[in-house]
Amino acid sequence: MTDSAPHIEVMRSQLGRARGLGAGGSGTGHWWAERVTAASLLPLSTWFIVQMFRLGGADHAEVVKWGGKPVNATMLTALIITTFYHAQLGLQVIVDDYVHGKAHLPTRILVKLVTSLLGLLGVFAVIKLVAAGNRRS
Amino acid sequence: MVELRLPRNSEIGKGKTYPAPAGAKNVRTFRVYRWTPDDDKNPVVDSYEVDLDTIGPMVLDAIIHIKNDVDPTLTFRRSCREGICGSCAMNIDGENTLACLKPIKDIKGDVRIYPLPHMPIVKDLVSNLDGAYAQLRAINPWLQSDSAPPPDAERKQSIEERAKLDGMWECILCFCCTTSCPSYWWNGDKYLGPAVLLAAYRWIADSRDEHTGDRLDGLEDTFKLYACRTIMNCTQTCPKGLNPAKAIGRIKELQIERKV
Repeated sequence: MTDSAPHIEVMRSQLGRARGLGAGGSGTGHWWAERVTAASLLPLSTWFIVQMFRLGGADHAEVVKWGGKPVNATMLTALIITTFYHAQLGLQVIVDDYVHGKAHLPTRILVKLVTSLLGLLGVFAVIKLVAAGNRRS
Repeated sequence: MVELRLPRNSEIGKGKTYPAPAGAKNVRTFRVYRWTPDDDKNPVVDSYEVDLDTIGPMVLDAIIHIKNDVDPTLTFRRSCREGICGSCAMNIDGENTLACLKPIKDIKGDVRIYPLPHMPIVKDLVSNLDGAYAQLRAINPWLQSDSAPPPDAERKQSIEERAKLDGMWECILCFCCTTSCPSYWWNGDKYLGPAVLLAAYRWIADSRDEHTGDRLDGLEDTFKLYACRTIMNCTQTCPKGLNPAKAIGRIKELQIERKV
């Protein structure tokens, strides 16, 4: 059809549209991970805030010493990974709600990329902190 | 992308005012959404001044009075006038409800009446629910059982099994909840919406049904079920006092139970 006269573009039955492509077979994992990361972030964030108050006014050497302890480095890495994983899951929900049509898939990929890179950056910073502690001692 | 404004042909203009009869003492203004497909005009809101002393107590009494005595062109659905058919679902005073169950005295100031939100309009207060009805059909809302029924008898349930259906069989499918749900406004082509998910759980929870797993399979989807963001408008607006949000939560629990 080349004419631009108004015509009905969708004649598919309502049932056909409602069934659509069928159930995607996933969703529970995403939903569950969102809840588990949210619950994990409660103790992790509390720990982080307490530690930051304790480190208030500390100089670089003290922070490096603090970060070099295995428990602190582990907690910090766990906090960073959980935060950005949770951000990824949450932002995906926002994109699903507000971005429709052709922009949907590229935006979802962008969210995955940016949150993954930011998470990696955080993890790398922790490695650098631990390595700085090792050099000093 | 997000639509921040109404499409230009949906912007609402000012309509006509129908004054109350002379001598009326107890007057209330009903501001009613009007649109007809018969011309190319935008929708308008007409104002009807009604003498409350001459009509019954419910909003439906007022709009029946308007249609019978003031303006016969006003179009709306109604049938049972006692909250069991679900026909007169509309948006009254900013909330989806049944016009027949909504007392006029519960509303302060002018009574604003619009069709159920975010659905195509057939005319005036009649919204097109074909999509939502098809979604209901798509979840197979009937008993699916492979065991032969007992001869000359019904399929039996214990009192405890039957009690699990309370709070769900009462749904009259007025779709007040579904059309109040922002997630359904955003993704109504894929998300099933609270009314249909409540109906789905009604069959998942039915002890006589033997296709529970198939039913859960059919809902295992990022949109069909998991587009529920627990906004809770559904439960707040339900004119029958039901809790679709809880039913959706139970479906999610069962999905977790069989997976995690």
